[in-house]
Amino acid sequence: MKRELTISCSKTNLLRIRQFVKDVLGDLDIHELEAHKMVLAVDEVCANLIIHSNQCDPSHQIDISIDHPDKEKIIFIIKDQGITFNYNSYVEPDLTDIVSSKRKGGVGLMLVKRIMDKVEFSHDKNCNICRLTKKIDS
Amino acid sequence: MIEVKKLQRADHTEIQVKGEVDASSSIELDNALQSSLDESKKIIVDLENLEYISSAGLGVFISYLEEIKSKEIKLVLCNMKPKVYDVFKILGLENLMEIVNTKEEAEQALNEA
Repeated sequence: MKRELTISCSKTNLLRIRQFVKDVLGDLDIHELEAHKMVLAVDEVCANLIIHSNQCDPSHQIDISIDHPDKEKIIFIIKDQGITFNYNSYVEPDLTDIVSSKRKGGVGLMLVKRIMDKVEFSHDKNCNICRLTKKIDS
Repeated sequence: MIEVKKLQRADHTEIQVKGEVDASSSIELDNALQSSLDESKKIIVDLENLEYISSAGLGVFISYLEEIKSKEIKLVLCNMKPKVYDVFKILGLENLMEIVNTKEEAEQALNEA
């Protein structure tokens, strides 16, 4: 089972992305609280790609696919062709530093890493690929 | 998608947030919170009708924690749905912010020293 959505890089499309993920996870009978967190993780990655990698340019697109290859895991793949995010150089910030600096950003990827079991970023030709794996209790 | 109301109660400001707070809508929460912090020392944020919050919304609260502390403002969040509270807990924000179950508890908390 694989479901896909292609959508333009506009922040207002985050709602549609969340609805897509929610619908797919609903069809898979994933518990609501778990599904909510997975929806959040995909939303965070897509928000970063839309805002930082594609500067909210609606002529750019992102592709989201959700695959449930076996009972034990769900794989989310998010592709775009914007500026490549260098995950290897990402250092998770300290929450107390974010608080003292009064920053509004900086916790999105922290959420993704804590929700998902595996977070991978790669690059193929002109395409950036983010792959999120979540183990599920069968 | 998001509806933010600011109500002036007898001795505090109440912010009610309805809908979904994400990267496209967090500015409305930000505006309401900023203006409340400028006007009031006691604020309740009622999240009864909040269905979703992403890092953009959490970031709004996080960005004012220092100001709340330095200005000795009492800010209490209440009425969160379990799925919303879960998101705060992922980052341990329940340890940095005052979060209670009901509005009555929030009102009590405002009047504690």
